[in-house]
Amino acid sequence: MSESLAPTTPPEPDTPPTTVAGRLDLLHRAGGIAVPVSTGVFAFAIGGLVVLGSGHNPFIAYRDILNGAGLNWLAHPWDVNTAHTAPYNLTQTLLQTTTLILTGLAVAFAFRCGLFNIGGQGQYFMGLFVASWVGTSFVNMTRPVHILLGIGAAALAGAAWAAIAGFLKAAVGAHEVITTIMLNWIAYWIGNYLFQQGGPLQGAANKPLDIPISGDIAGSAKLPVFWGDKDLQGLHIGFFLAIAALIVFWAILNRTTLGYEVRAVGYNPDAAAYGGIKVRTNYVRAMAISGAFAGLAGGLDMLGYLFHVGTSDVQASSIGFLGIAVALLGRSTAVGVGLAALLFGALLFGTTHGLQSNVIDPSLAGHLTELIQGLVVLFVGADLLIIAVWRAGGRLRRRPPDEPVAEPAS
Amino acid sequence: MSTYVGQLDAARFVRPKAVASYGFALGVLAFLLAIPPITERSPVWPAFLGILAAFAGVFAVSRGARRAGSGAIVVGVLGVALGVLATRSSTGNLDQVFTASLIASMLVFATPLTFAAIGGMFSERSGVVNIGLEGMMLMGAFWGIWGADKTGSWVGGLVIGIIAGGLLAVVHAVFAIHLRADQIVGGVAVNFLALGITGYFFVQLYHGNNVPTGISQIPDVNLTSNSNHGFFSEAFGHLNLMIWAVMALVVVSYFVMFRTPLGLRIRACGEHPRAADTVGINVYGLRYFSVILSGMLAAAGGAYLTVGFLGTYNENVTAGRGFIALAALIFGNWRPFGAFGAALLFGLSTAIAFRLPVYSGTAATLFQALPYVITLIAVAGVIGRSTPPAAVGRPYVKQ
Repeated sequence: MSESLAPTTPPEPDTPPTTVAGRLDLLHRAGGIAVPVSTGVFAFAIGGLVVLGSGHNPFIAYRDILNGAGLNWLAHPWDVNTAHTAPYNLTQTLLQTTTLILTGLAVAFAFRCGLFNIGGQGQYFMGLFVASWVGTSFVNMTRPVHILLGIGAAALAGAAWAAIAGFLKAAVGAHEVITTIMLNWIAYWIGNYLFQQGGPLQGAANKPLDIPISGDIAGSAKLPVFWGDKDLQGLHIGFFLAIAALIVFWAILNRTTLGYEVRAVGYNPDAAAYGGIKVRTNYVRAMAISGAFAGLAGGLDMLGYLFHVGTSDVQASSIGFLGIAVALLGRSTAVGVGLAALLFGALLFGTTHGLQSNVIDPSLAGHLTELIQGLVVLFVGADLLIIAVWRAGGRLRRRPPDEPVAEPAS
Repeated sequence: MSTYVGQLDAARFVRPKAVASYGFALGVLAFLLAIPPITERSPVWPAFLGILAAFAGVFAVSRGARRAGSGAIVVGVLGVALGVLATRSSTGNLDQVFTASLIASMLVFATPLTFAAIGGMFSERSGVVNIGLEGMMLMGAFWGIWGADKTGSWVGGLVIGIIAGGLLAVVHAVFAIHLRADQIVGGVAVNFLALGITGYFFVQLYHGNNVPTGISQIPDVNLTSNSNHGFFSEAFGHLNLMIWAVMALVVVSYFVMFRTPLGLRIRACGEHPRAADTVGINVYGLRYFSVILSGMLAAAGGAYLTVGFLGTYNENVTAGRGFIALAALIFGNWRPFGAFGAALLFGLSTAIAFRLPVYSGTAATLFQALPYVITLIAVAGVIGRSTPPAAVGRPYVKQ
């Protein structure tokens, strides 16, 4: 039954590489920026059809979503009509972008190692919870130390949570998709336990009022805000940390031995093992680094603008899942993830806060984000469709690995 | 199999793996002693049996059966811990948790898992990984309740829910089979789509509030009168129709999969599609059939959850059950009775989690994570011993 016993036939030209990383690489070569853009446009078009089907005008809905996200301000910075609302909206979009960059990187980094980390949500939760605990404890600490401790602890918590899945994959080969989903739900119930009425992290002031919310973090743990109201969801310096994380992501992958090993395992674990790379170690390492990104996202959200978290926030949160669409649309590259995060950040804020209810019900539009997210993931998965179209045009810059390299005559 | 027939000597009962399985059984027994109906009150017996189990595990590990042996050690230690814990708890509390109705409750929670796991078996046996079971269940759950509300009958709800799940499965099938998309990515996408579609129409049709109460629900099968409180009556007397249906499904799917030409062909597609194609089996056709069937079965499980059990719908009501079903499928070695057994285990853990609040109100929330923890441990413990179909996850290219 073993495939290796079968006579070796040359790979069929239309057969895509078997690993996700390999397929992404092929996509990357097939059409560069045009493919993700067309994927996105396609997803938005079908999302628009759903809006149309439910009796709303998709063009007006999408225009209002983008306006609500504050992106119109970039196009017309001196428009007096939007001078009050647009900058505020843009800061909110960038807040979402900050989180999405990091949850996107959490998925992207694992992807490059051939792992599908859909546990970004759980890792984000662990970062969020630990940052809440650090922020509400240690109240006498000086500000930079407190902030650094909070951020570091959050990243570590996310890394540890993801490393469980990496370890299970390395030790017994448990598929990371199932284990990370289970870890997501475990983190979800931990959150519900911690902040519920009588829970260990419920705020002392909230206990007599029967409010299942944590206490506010100390002022010394709050991140400095550089744009907007510092107490009411202003844009905090975590935004620059997220940008820095993009650069770190790129540097680790492309400029370090660790990144080389991770990519080698991602392309072909067997070949990497043959080349002397410890595949199992890299699974754990890649998951831990992925988790650190997601945990950092949770930490920055807590210290940057949330300041407290309740059980209802835990139940409603889905930003970690959105990271999957961000990573896939961004082709798991640093620049791509940054741009995709901006797009989804705009979609997220634009649908939840920016819409007039007479155009489309905001809660309806909120689910539009999920729908578009699903469509993006679906179309990215169907790379063959796009590659086939591209090949038909003969524009695929192929480097066929199966063709023998011409040996110099000896 | 036939090679072992001649070895009916005593030696096979002390093989390391056999010893490990005795240890496993002893560890379970250590806990069972301490709970009703036996309710052993002295901690000595559970501790003794559990330690014996752990020693059996150590013996097995030292003789080379590392995986089975370490499993026995874990079960033995858990047996000691849980058994002694149970002897410390009051009999009143124990009697509240471990009643005959716990069996009924276990079956309730195992039923949606079994539906989805059997569906997953068809899909994966034909060679298509179905991570999208969760989304297909969710479709069945939402459109099932919508159908029951609109048609006024649970039959209509069930049918509409199953159709909705089948339609989502068609999407997964097209992308996995014809477009040769990565099946894991495609499955995750299908889950997001289901979340988006059900969430969107939940707001559109019901304004995000609970659906009207008093919709037509799938009826219970009353084998005994309501006044009867015997063991059989409490455990099996008033089970939902769908619970009996799922038990029948397990048997039927076993016969279809392992005793009919259709089942043989499905398995051939999952083991070696090229060979199947060569002898004239329509690989694409059978894979489409299997994936769509898996979506319909998963949706039936979702519809049971809302139309049969809850009588209402909440957003994302399936809460990861599709993934637990997938774990049950792996745990059950891609076989109907194995998957059913694993689903019963996960169902039992859910049922117990719902009864543990008698011990502590605040910690009860944490107990809700129990099924997921058990699933995590089960998946981690069983991989390697369980063999997936050889060609699962690999797209087939016709020549």
